[in-house]
Amino acid sequence: MHLLYPLVLSALLFSIGIYGVLARRNAILVLMSVELMLNAVNLNLVAFDVWLGDRLHAGQVFTLYVITIAAAEIGLGLAIVLLVFRQRETADVDALRDLGERQYEAALESDRAG
Amino acid sequence: MTALAWLIPAAPFVAAAVGLLFGGRWPRLIGPLGISGTAVATLAAILVAGGTPHGGPPVEHTTQLTPTGSIPVILGTRVDGLATTVAIMVCLVALAVQIYSTRYMEGDRRRSSYTAFVSLFTAAMLLVVLSADLIVLLVGWEVMGICSYFLIGHYWEHDWAQSAAVKAFVMTKLGDVPFLFGIFVLGAEAGSFRIGDVLAAVGDGRVEHVTIATLLLLGGVVGKSAQFPLQSWLPDAMAGPTPISALIHAATMVAAGMYFIARLYPAFAASQATLTVLALIASITMLGSAVAALAQDDIKRVLAYSTVSQLAYMGAGLSVGAPDASMFHLLTHAAFKSLLFLCAGAIIHAVGTNSLREIGGLRGSMPVTFATMTIGLGALAGLPPLSGFFSKEAILNATEHAATSGGAAGFFTYGQVTTVFDAQPQTWAAWLVFLTALLTVAVTGAYCMRLWLMAFIRTEVVPETGDLQWVGPREAIQQGPHNGRPAAATREGGRHAGPSAETTEGVDSPRASESGTVVPPAESAMHDAPPAMTWVLIALAIPSALLGFFGLSSSGVSRWLGDTATAAVPGLVVLPEAAARFTPAALTTVLSLTAVAIGLLATYAVWRHDPAGDPADALLGRSRTWVERGYGFDEAYDKTLVEPTYAAARAVLFIDANVVDRSVNESGAGARRLGGVLRLLQNGNVQTYLAGVLIGAVVIALSVAVTLG
Repeated sequence: MHLLYPLVLSALLFSIGIYGVLARRNAILVLMSVELMLNAVNLNLVAFDVWLGDRLHAGQVFTLYVITIAAAEIGLGLAIVLLVFRQRETADVDALRDLGERQYEAALESDRAG
Repeated sequence: MTALAWLIPAAPFVAAAVGLLFGGRWPRLIGPLGISGTAVATLAAILVAGGTPHGGPPVEHTTQLTPTGSIPVILGTRVDGLATTVAIMVCLVALAVQIYSTRYMEGDRRRSSYTAFVSLFTAAMLLVVLSADLIVLLVGWEVMGICSYFLIGHYWEHDWAQSAAVKAFVMTKLGDVPFLFGIFVLGAEAGSFRIGDVLAAVGDGRVEHVTIATLLLLGGVVGKSAQFPLQSWLPDAMAGPTPISALIHAATMVAAGMYFIARLYPAFAASQATLTVLALIASITMLGSAVAALAQDDIKRVLAYSTVSQLAYMGAGLSVGAPDASMFHLLTHAAFKSLLFLCAGAIIHAVGTNSLREIGGLRGSMPVTFATMTIGLGALAGLPPLSGFFSKEAILNATEHAATSGGAAGFFTYGQVTTVFDAQPQTWAAWLVFLTALLTVAVTGAYCMRLWLMAFIRTEVVPETGDLQWVGPREAIQQGPHNGRPAAATREGGRHAGPSAETTEGVDSPRASESGTVVPPAESAMHDAPPAMTWVLIALAIPSALLGFFGLSSSGVSRWLGDTATAAVPGLVVLPEAAARFTPAALTTVLSLTAVAIGLLATYAVWRHDPAGDPADALLGRSRTWVERGYGFDEAYDKTLVEPTYAAARAVLFIDANVVDRSVNESGAGARRLGGVLRLLQNGNVQTYLAGVLIGAVVIALSVAVTLG
């Protein structure tokens, strides 16, 4: 099988993942998009492993490694999302802006006064 | 016996320390403590003087406290005839002042600190007199400065006392800065701060910049001894209590300057330029302040200006190579000037005012003060056979000799080191000094006569100027400062007759006479001061009258006072005629007696013409106001120094606020504004951040691809 097919597929998957991460509002869907990107990378690793004929199968080893990490990461991520939802009854990424610079002007005023 | 010399400054110092620590707790001990400290010092000084080998090299007892790493500073005494004589003089005057103060300052609420500071002042002066090391001498010198500040500012509730104290301190410090550097130059080039080593180094010619060093030292002397152009602090120093004026003017502080020159005389004598400058300063100061003394209205300011003038006489003697004559004048001046100040204190004490316009006819009511003050004024004017005549005559003789022989006063020959020492100013300077000194003798006679006539002889007192007005005794008392209360009234009221109750209200105030009260000479109410004060006056009148005769003996004062100048330098020989140098010479005696007679008679004639008026008005004419204000020196200093300094300070303040502070503040605010722009990016939307990361990564990847590919 030509190398091109898995590479194109993985590129498509990665692009969909990026789109999802940047554009989706639901935190769960953002996490799923991250998974898509990881799996696109996994596909690349496996494809290149076959194409290079690596006797140690380093590509496959890396893939297994990434899957493990991804499992841990998604577990952590979902836990955070769960807690956030419990606290605020929303999982909308756009609404979680507490660390933003919204009070900039107010902070400036209090500095001047102090 | 000379080993006891350390005790001389130490005793008053201990008295001062104990007085400062415990004086407030045991007020009864204050007076005896001050007196006993000074008395111990006096005894020690007399014992040391008895054991000092006169004519021999100075005896030093020194100890080095700790190595300093470079030029060592040693603690020790250097005893010779000059030092012991001056030390005895200082102790005796301080003793007189302490005894006098027990009555004068009685009841003053700051009496304990006053007495302690007088003791400390005495100790500091004795340290200057006896120290073997220039740095230790400087310590005494500066301690005196700070003591004068505290004592002049004794009545610190009043603005005039505060400003007088600050003025005295700042103006003397102005001279002390060059003084310090002068010591450094001498010490660095001689490799030692010991006076003996420094003088030996000067004798060997090892001190290259002796002119610079001595001119710098002269700056300190001019400040301390209130010579032109730093003279104007001394008349203002009258803001302190009168005994302090006596102490400052007679024994300490101002005498320290002239004594210092005599102590280091070989160094000063090695530079003709320094001697010429000294001669110029002395000439200007001598005549100028004598004329100013003639114009003063305040009795204490008359005496203050006369002190400046008499110190200039000492400077004149020093400038023509006669340090012993100068120091002789220092001694006699100490006697008669302390007498005069304490007499003035007695008058102020009795009359309640300083103003000559308002007092008069005291001859009948204060006989002891009259008699003693007449002796003091006679000595000041230089009338034979009083002490001032002999000492002034010795100086005049030396200046005349220097002027006519076109060179040194000629009593010393310098052996193998003749080339190093030219103890002479330029010939024109010598002539200037001689002629000014003669002229000043006449002016001195005039102001002594004026003071004597106005205070004691005239019986009519007429308020002359419009702003003086009669104020009844009751209102005068309510006015506070300088009321017209007769001394007896308070005494009968169960209180002592001292100015104590009123001292803090400014009986000593130099401005008191401006408060607009005229005190009538109520003769029945006035009499001599209490015994503790009159006995001191009598005790001081004796040396004022007789001290001059000691100068005639060849083994006496004249020999002792030459010690420093002669014994300090190897190869210096005293010629036999030096021993007789205090004997009046015919020419100068005739000249100075003529001059003083002119001064006395002119003043008397003017006074006869207008017995109620002030002879100064006729003698000085329209320039009197200008002269009375000290030739406008204070105003000139205000215009040229004080105002520009204030202006510069304001400019600095402006620059600080508008340039330095603003640049700091603005750079901070600018950074914050710039940061504000960056803050806009932190909108809290994680996806925006990620987009940024992605764009960054793409840009980096593309640029790597472009550059590598």
